Amino acid sequence: MAVSGAVLVFFLVAHMAGNLKIFAGAESFNGYAAWLREVGYPLLPHRGLLTILEAGLVVAIAAHMYSAIVLARRAAHARPVKYAARVKSRANGYATRTMRWGGVIIFFFVIYHLLDMTFGVANPEGHDATPFARMVAGFEPARWYITVFYVISVVMVGLHLRHGLWSALQTLGLARRYPVLKISAALVSAVLTIGFLVVPLAITFGVVR
Amino acid sequence: MNYREGAPIKDTKAPEGPIEDRWEKRKFSARLVNPANKRKINVIVVGTGLAGGSAAATLGELGYKVKSFCYQDSPRRAHSIAAQGGINAAKNYRGDGDSIYRLFYDTVKGGDFRARESNVYRLAQVSVNIIDQAVAQGVPFAREYGGLLDTRSFGGAQVSRTFYARGQTGQQLLLGAYSALERQIAAGTVEMHTRHEMLELIISDGRARGVVVRDMVTGEVETHLADAVVLATGGYGNVFFLSTNAKGCNTTAIWRAHQKGAVFANPCYTQIHPTCIPVSGEYQSKLTLMSESLRNDGRVWVPLKGGDPRPVAEIPEDERDYYLERIYPAFGNLVPRDIASRAAKNVCDEGRGVGPGGLGVYLDFADAIKRLGRDAVEKKYGNLFEMYERITGEDPYTQPMRIYPAVHYTMGGLWVDYDLQSSVPGLFVIGEANFSDHGANRLGASALMQGLADGYFVLPTTIGDYLADAHTFDAIDDQQVAEAEIAVKNRIEKLLSVNGTRTADSFHRELGKLMWDYCGMERTEEGLRKALERIPELRAEFWRDVKVSGVNEELNQALERAGRVADFFDLAELMCLDALHRTESCGGHFRAESQDADGEALRDDEHFAYVAAWESTPDGPVLHKEDLEYEYVKMTQRSYK
Amino acid sequence: MNLTLKVWRQSGPDDDGRLVRYEIEDVSPDMSFLEMLDVLNEGLILAGDDPVAFDHDCREGICGMCSMMIDGVAHGPQKNTTTCQLHMRHYNDGDTIVIEPWRARPFPVVKDLVVDRSAFDRIIQAGGFISVPAGSAPDAHAMPVPKADADDAFDAATCIGCGACVAACPNGSASLFTAAKITHLGLLPQGQPERGSRARAMVEQMDEEGFGGCTNTGECTAVCPKGIPLDTIARMNADYLRASRKSG
Ligand SMILES: Cc1cc2nc3c(=O)[nH]c(=O)nc-3n(C[C@H](O)[C@H](O)[C@H](O)COP(=O)(O)OP(=O)(O)OC[C@H]3O[C@@H](n4cnc5c(N)ncnc54)[C@H](O)[C@@H]3O)c2cc1C
Ligand code: HEM
Ligand code: HEM
Ligand code: SF4
Ligand code: F3S
Ligand code: FES
Repeated sequence: MAVSGAVLVFFLVAHMAGNLKIFAGAESFNGYAAWLREVGYPLLPHRGLLTILEAGLVVAIAAHMYSAIVLARRAAHARPVKYAARVKSRANGYATRTMRWGGVIIFFFVIYHLLDMTFGVANPEGHDATPFARMVAGFEPARWYITVFYVISVVMVGLHLRHGLWSALQTLGLARRYPVLKISAALVSAVLTIGFLVVPLAITFGVVR
Repeated sequence: MNYREGAPIKDTKAPEGPIEDRWEKRKFSARLVNPANKRKINVIVVGTGLAGGSAAATLGELGYKVKSFCYQDSPRRAHSIAAQGGINAAKNYRGDGDSIYRLFYDTVKGGDFRARESNVYRLAQVSVNIIDQAVAQGVPFAREYGGLLDTRSFGGAQVSRTFYARGQTGQQLLLGAYSALERQIAAGTVEMHTRHEMLELIISDGRARGVVVRDMVTGEVETHLADAVVLATGGYGNVFFLSTNAKGCNTTAIWRAHQKGAVFANPCYTQIHPTCIPVSGEYQSKLTLMSESLRNDGRVWVPLKGGDPRPVAEIPEDERDYYLERIYPAFGNLVPRDIASRAAKNVCDEGRGVGPGGLGVYLDFADAIKRLGRDAVEKKYGNLFEMYERITGEDPYTQPMRIYPAVHYTMGGLWVDYDLQSSVPGLFVIGEANFSDHGANRLGASALMQGLADGYFVLPTTIGDYLADAHTFDAIDDQQVAEAEIAVKNRIEKLLSVNGTRTADSFHRELGKLMWDYCGMERTEEGLRKALERIPELRAEFWRDVKVSGVNEELNQALERAGRVADFFDLAELMCLDALHRTESCGGHFRAESQDADGEALRDDEHFAYVAAWESTPDGPVLHKEDLEYEYVKMTQRSYK
Repeated sequence: MNLTLKVWRQSGPDDDGRLVRYEIEDVSPDMSFLEMLDVLNEGLILAGDDPVAFDHDCREGICGMCSMMIDGVAHGPQKNTTTCQLHMRHYNDGDTIVIEPWRARPFPVVKDLVVDRSAFDRIIQAGGFISVPAGSAPDAHAMPVPKADADDAFDAATCIGCGACVAACPNGSASLFTAAKITHLGLLPQGQPERGSRARAMVEQMDEEGFGGCTNTGECTAVCPKGIPLDTIARMNADYLRASRKSG
């Protein structure tokens, strides 16, 4: 769980950095997308590295979901009889309590997101447009509801990370100085959340067009 | 209740010679059991407190086949867990003049010259090894910045020899013994039976050969046989209903053994602890101890005038009576427990008590907080203060604590010789369940020491000497086994069939009040006679009118309680008889008729320097006296002034 | 004050069990929660009914025997407090209180509120000790322990084995209990020789008993009457991972 989660975190950081390039303009962004596909060429075939990365991502997501399901099933097994009274949470942390359902929501988001951005199926510009065009079209002001959906999802991701980052360190036995760690985890997830959010918001509000 | 006097006890089996060498001598003279034979020898240990837990673990490690029993759901929960203050040991790590001899001396003196010199000396010798053993097991004693063990001084002692683990010394020591025990369980040398209550002792051919227990979950009555039986079932302070003991503490195990011939020594010696949280109402189920260490920094006082209606803060200094400091200037708030307890009772009897019912005195930390700062006080006593606040709803940082004495420890118990063997061959008794080392009063932090000394070091050696003959023991008599089992079943059935109108607890409460009033801090001939009259009546009422719901074949807590209360009646009677016959005051036993002009306890060494060992016979109790001789510590009247 | 109790009644492991409603009057605010149940039970016994079975012994918060889920919170609403140390002054007249046993597969119900926690003993048996036969110990001062380590070890050692952590954990995990012991012994120099094997054996036993896995939700620490800190779990994980790496 922690290992696959950590892989996903690294992906997200890189992904955010990439997305932010949109502020550098269409060429830069498209160039980045192209570079992603050409890097390592001719050592690696076209889309070589990207494919490896994607494969890694798929494995990570699969492992992550698999472990989430195993854990949930073990938990269900460990408590066959539920409490009659509503169990009150004593630990603070909305983020913590929403890990499972949050994860599921993120999963659906990623599917939509892939259809939208990668395969272009759900994107007005379709599959053949440049990435930049797809982005701008995807979040155009008229499609504000898509932006809202993204915002909600990204916040969900942020929450997931806020607990997940710290939790992964704990699981790997690295967590010691709690206050520091918890604050760091919150900061990192806040940076990621904001970093992701500015892009669609910028487009929707017309800063990038 | 009448009694006869029987033959005195002449030999306690302590070796002769210089006191320093006696234990060494005994260790050498005790025969060893060949390791191959040990595996064939079965030992039953009832109780998993410091005494029983350490004994079972050690015997298992030595290679015996051990069966261990406790009534809780885990051996780790024995009542030793509740000890707060600490454990004494003559390590002299402070270089403040402590030594084995001084611990020996203090203990004999603290016991008001009613303990055996040989036993006490051995205890002081072994105390040193206990600390080593515990530390090696990972018991996290308090440490100083240099990484070495910290100690503190404890009521009645002028050296700093008490090792402690915050306010949870008993817990940490017990977890040490428990982990050693669990290790042996895993190794297969100890078979653990939790939630099993011992209800009868099996004697065959004059030897203790087994126990009858009730499986408290299924109600099944089981028999377990062995070559020797060790009782480590703790104290019987719960005879008073309200005490600092755990709810399940009982006398059943040792009382059954007593009825089967084991002699019971000094039943009247009970220790009343001066610093407990006062009773708050009728429903009260137990009393909570506030560690005695609080007296190191807290000052005890009551208002000069009784019934002072003012809030504490408005009572000026010169209208407060710091009575311990006034009466005992040398020891002040650190006088021994019995003196502190009785002094509290006296001021309350004068009508100067505070809190509900006027049954309480103040223990004030205002000066300590001023002197050391709140943080330092919090560091030292934080968990105790918290506990106090939780129970009373009052904040001891801003308002003095209210405390009152409560029954805490029983020095009496089954009589044992130097080898810790009772008067029944093969029945060994260790820990609080025996009477051995504290005389008429126990020093603070010495019970843990005794329990572990018995369990880790003394018993494993001495029981070997007895078991060296195990191959010569006769086969166990089936008849005896069957009878013991039937006796248990009949008793259970009887309890269930009375079907009266009162709960066992309500009888217990009444018995407890009777004992507290007449056999508590201060005893008078008149009161004791009254109690001796009332107890049999109450017992008869119990057997006529008790109501126990449910059936035997289930977890039945009402039945468990009723069985324990039934035995408390019998014990209470013997306690009162013992207290009545001992017309002197000594240690925890204060007879109002025997006091000096200042109202201090007056001992009568000429007539009472003996252990009163009571035998149960069909025609009533028989008293056997074991004379106490003091070769090393001269008998003096205690003075803490 | 007068209260309504809804208490889990279950006559034995094979019974289904149900919540039963009781009205109780004249509860004093100075009573402890268990004393309140004593009063209920006295009444039940006199009525010829079966009293509510519950585990308890020391009644001063140290033996770890008492164990009740009170209104969905292990040991009730007061922080760092066992059920026996919870007092009725935290309730108001007319309140309804739901009382249930700990719920976890490795803690089967014995009767009413009593559960079988012997799984904890087996976890300790797997390695929760330092192997040192009586009489073989070196002088206690032979091995100084830095005060900070001694204090941290102590914080972990205060676990009373009550099982509230399991009861509160959404995953039914026994991680806090197990980690407390591993941390206590693992922080002391005496505990070093068996540190790795201990962590492995105890964690594996915990899994074998059927406890859930820890996802670091922190509910355990929040209800733990002794406030055992969460970093014990990190230490357990570290020791466990290190030991597993070493021996493959
Ligand atoms: C609140 C409190 C604080 C104390 N503080 C200190 C202190 O600071 N220092 C100090 O030295 N001493 C202290 N003492 C005294 C000391 O704790 C006890 O005397 C000592 O722990 C007794 O240990 P034990 O092994 O003899 O018995 P216990 O620990 O009482 O163990 C008794 C065992 O016997 C079992 N048992 C009992 N009856 C039966 C039965 N019928 N069938 C089966 N099993 C049975 C129980 O299950 C248990 O395992 C304190 C005592 C109390 C009550
Ligand atoms: C596919 C969608 C996802 C699902 C279903 C999912 C689900 C979960 C679940 C169930 C947990 C454990 C928490 C618990 O059980 O309470 C978890 C933990 C975690 N998740 Fe996710 N998650 C998803 C996506 C992600 C993503 C995209 C990232 C990071 C980029 C991520 C990072 C983490 C981390 C770091 C943890 C903590 C691991 C640990 O506790 O050891 N997750 N996730
Ligand atoms: C809201 C801000 C986001 C924007 C603007 C955005 C944009 C994009 C774009 C443009 C692509 C296509 C890249 C390409 O084909 O070259 C992409 C791919 C992807 N995005 Fe996002 N994304 C955002 C948030 C997220 C989040 C929060 C996640 C995960 C939880 C995510 C997961 C993915 C994945 C898995 C891919 C596919 C990567 C691949 O095919 O290699 N994205 N994203
Ligand atoms: S960790 Fe806390 S909650 Fe868990 S058993 Fe120990 S004391 Fe109880
Ligand atoms: S509540 Fe459970 S999930 Fe882990 S942090 Fe505590 S064991
Ligand atoms: S009864 Fe011992 S902790 Fe509650």
